[in-house]
Amino acid sequence: MSTAAEHPTYNYKVVKYFAIMTVVWGIVGMSLGVLIASQLVWPELNFETPYLTFSRLRPLHTNAVIFAFGGCALFATSYYVVQRTCQTRIFSDSLAMFTFWGWQAVIVAAAITLPLGLTSSKEYAELEWPIDILITIVWVCYAIVFFGTIAKRSQKHIYVANWFFGAFIITIAVLHIFNSLAVPVSAFKSYSIYAGAIDAMVQWWYGHNAVGFFLTAGFLGIMYYFVPKQAERPVYSYRLSIVHFWALISIYVWAGAHHLHYSALPDWAQSAGMIMSLILLAPSWGGMINGMMTLSGAWHKLRTDPILRFLVVSLSFYGMSTFEGPMMAIKTVNALSHNTDWTVGHVHSGALGWVAMVSIGALYNLIPVVFGRKQGEMYSIKLINIHFWLATIGTVLYIVAMWVNGIMQGLMWRAVNSDGTLTYSFVESLEASYPGYFVRAVGGAIFLAGMFIMAYNTYKTVRGANAEQQAKLAQA
Amino acid sequence: MTELTTFWHIWVSVIVIGSMIASGALIIITKRGQKFDEETDQTTGHSFDGIHELDNPLPKWWMYFFWSTIVFGFAYILIYGVGDWTGFSKWSSHGQWENEMAKAEEKYQPYYDKLTAMTIEELAQNEEALATGQRIYASNCSVCHGPTASGSEGFPNLTDNDWLYGGSPAAIKATLTNGRNGAMPANGLKPDMTPEERNDIVAHVLTLSGREGSGDATKGKALFAQACAACHGGDGKGMQAIGAPNLTDNIWLYGGSEAKIDFTIEHGRAGVMPAWKEILGEDKIHVVSAYVYSLSQEQE
Repeated sequence: MSTAAEHPTYNYKVVKYFAIMTVVWGIVGMSLGVLIASQLVWPELNFETPYLTFSRLRPLHTNAVIFAFGGCALFATSYYVVQRTCQTRIFSDSLAMFTFWGWQAVIVAAAITLPLGLTSSKEYAELEWPIDILITIVWVCYAIVFFGTIAKRSQKHIYVANWFFGAFIITIAVLHIFNSLAVPVSAFKSYSIYAGAIDAMVQWWYGHNAVGFFLTAGFLGIMYYFVPKQAERPVYSYRLSIVHFWALISIYVWAGAHHLHYSALPDWAQSAGMIMSLILLAPSWGGMINGMMTLSGAWHKLRTDPILRFLVVSLSFYGMSTFEGPMMAIKTVNALSHNTDWTVGHVHSGALGWVAMVSIGALYNLIPVVFGRKQGEMYSIKLINIHFWLATIGTVLYIVAMWVNGIMQGLMWRAVNSDGTLTYSFVESLEASYPGYFVRAVGGAIFLAGMFIMAYNTYKTVRGANAEQQAKLAQA
Repeated sequence: MTELTTFWHIWVSVIVIGSMIASGALIIITKRGQKFDEETDQTTGHSFDGIHELDNPLPKWWMYFFWSTIVFGFAYILIYGVGDWTGFSKWSSHGQWENEMAKAEEKYQPYYDKLTAMTIEELAQNEEALATGQRIYASNCSVCHGPTASGSEGFPNLTDNDWLYGGSPAAIKATLTNGRNGAMPANGLKPDMTPEERNDIVAHVLTLSGREGSGDATKGKALFAQACAACHGGDGKGMQAIGAPNLTDNIWLYGGSEAKIDFTIEHGRAGVMPAWKEILGEDKIHVVSAYVYSLSQEQE
């Protein structure tokens, strides 16, 4: 269980690059989030220029947080975990480095094209076709590096974290390619090959599985390595991981239709989407149980270890949002929640509470190791603890504000007078939402403040570790 | 509504039901292979970078919970169907909508019958009707005409008694029912208009509301007669039959500055008021017409 048996031949360079960029893109993506959240409270923050309007920055925020921050976290941890659990060096150093620069190029291209208004208008897949092709190339190389490393492993078995990383890599490739199929009309404009309800269904098959495989399966891979590592405890149940893995990846792909309840989508597809979303609840919770129960016998560590706190609280938010999701997929609940801020809150209990927190916990474990220290030996444990509380408070404020807003909006929109007219006009529900928007912006800003503390802590850790390495070399 | 070809019908049904059966089978097979019924400290023997895995059984509560969702899924299919089969309830979203609409009609129709028996002028004096009309207005019309019906650029003010298509109850109702398509052609009837000529016309138009422009208003008056008078009239007072605005009252739909008027002439305008016949239905249009009619009556 110790990290003393350092394997000297791992490629940590690519892990370092991705880990540092995770922090950088986290700050960029969340700053954009705080800006657009503030625009909803103070519309003057549009600055009267089209490049900074909510409509253009919102997709930039989602892309930056999901694919830049989340993507870099997944690259960093998967390259780290696959090498260490397969006890072998990465399949190809140069190809791995190509995935780094290629992925950064995708992110920069997104940051340029989206504010210019160049968009395919598909949610979470807004990037235009030339960038889509670059994503495909980078992703295929990622798959070659990852599965190449698995193939040359020195262990007989493949660790459960790698099942999840593998499923995530394969499924995202399939989703990205089929959802992005389009007819280009110019270098910056294309039209989807699907039309009408089929386009909507393909879009949400993609959209929901971006959540299911990018933001769930991938991050469960992170959880399965870093929770037992940080807790220094064995994984609770191998059998549970088998059942919940296979059930999760086979059921998830059917759930996307719940985004299109009471739409032009055929009733059978809506029903299938709802059933599958509910059956998904137990397999989703399998991951939470396996992570939480891994701590049995090590609960006392939570008192002293803020990194473990990050990981455990991320699992709590994961359990909460994977319960909330199936509930919202029930047609009668969806009739109230659809198009309200409740959906936005649900996404952020996953994105902030689960994805960001588990990534932050993993990075605090991993960064010291790849820069030559022992796991979790960051410059300041106290700052990690402050970050933990900022992240938790920020997330809770965000979610609660959106619950209140969402349920209020849903109720206001359906309230009817005795003459059959609507009790509230839309603008009245908007006015009533301002306090929630304000609290949300504050919550987001608090979460962002924690990210700046993380950046400082990371900077000091890397500098300190580098100085130690220099000293060691000088001694030798 | 949702007819599938036989192939796709079977495809969908097999995969949906198959996934549920496979989930159940996965639980059963894993449970059979369990070495221990209780939590132990026995591991599988695997070690990955120092991480071990316990060989604990599936948590019982979790397993029963998983089973219950699968059973729920089958029950849901029996009630609501799968593929082309609509289940024992014969439910459809369209049917649900029709039901709700029928219920609403039964509940609210007597009230609207009472209101539609009155004329728009009568309703404009009836507080209950005006309250209903205001709410219909707030949910449907305020997006463009504003919450107080004072309009905004491109969307007429409904309170000032200046009407593009007429302000009689019948005219208002006709506007609401069928919508309006305003069409001011670019450069009016003089497609070869030069910028200087346009500037002169602007000067003339400004004089109509007692102002002065930078162009030659005398030349502009002659040009106005050629290019604009067919619709706006020789005196610039407009023509409600085709929605041509009165240019003498200093009320401007698209702005009345020299630059704005010049822009309007150069590029033309195409204002659209949507038709509400299919959206609101005749009864509600009758009531909201009374509300709109009342807005400019109060002013007098």
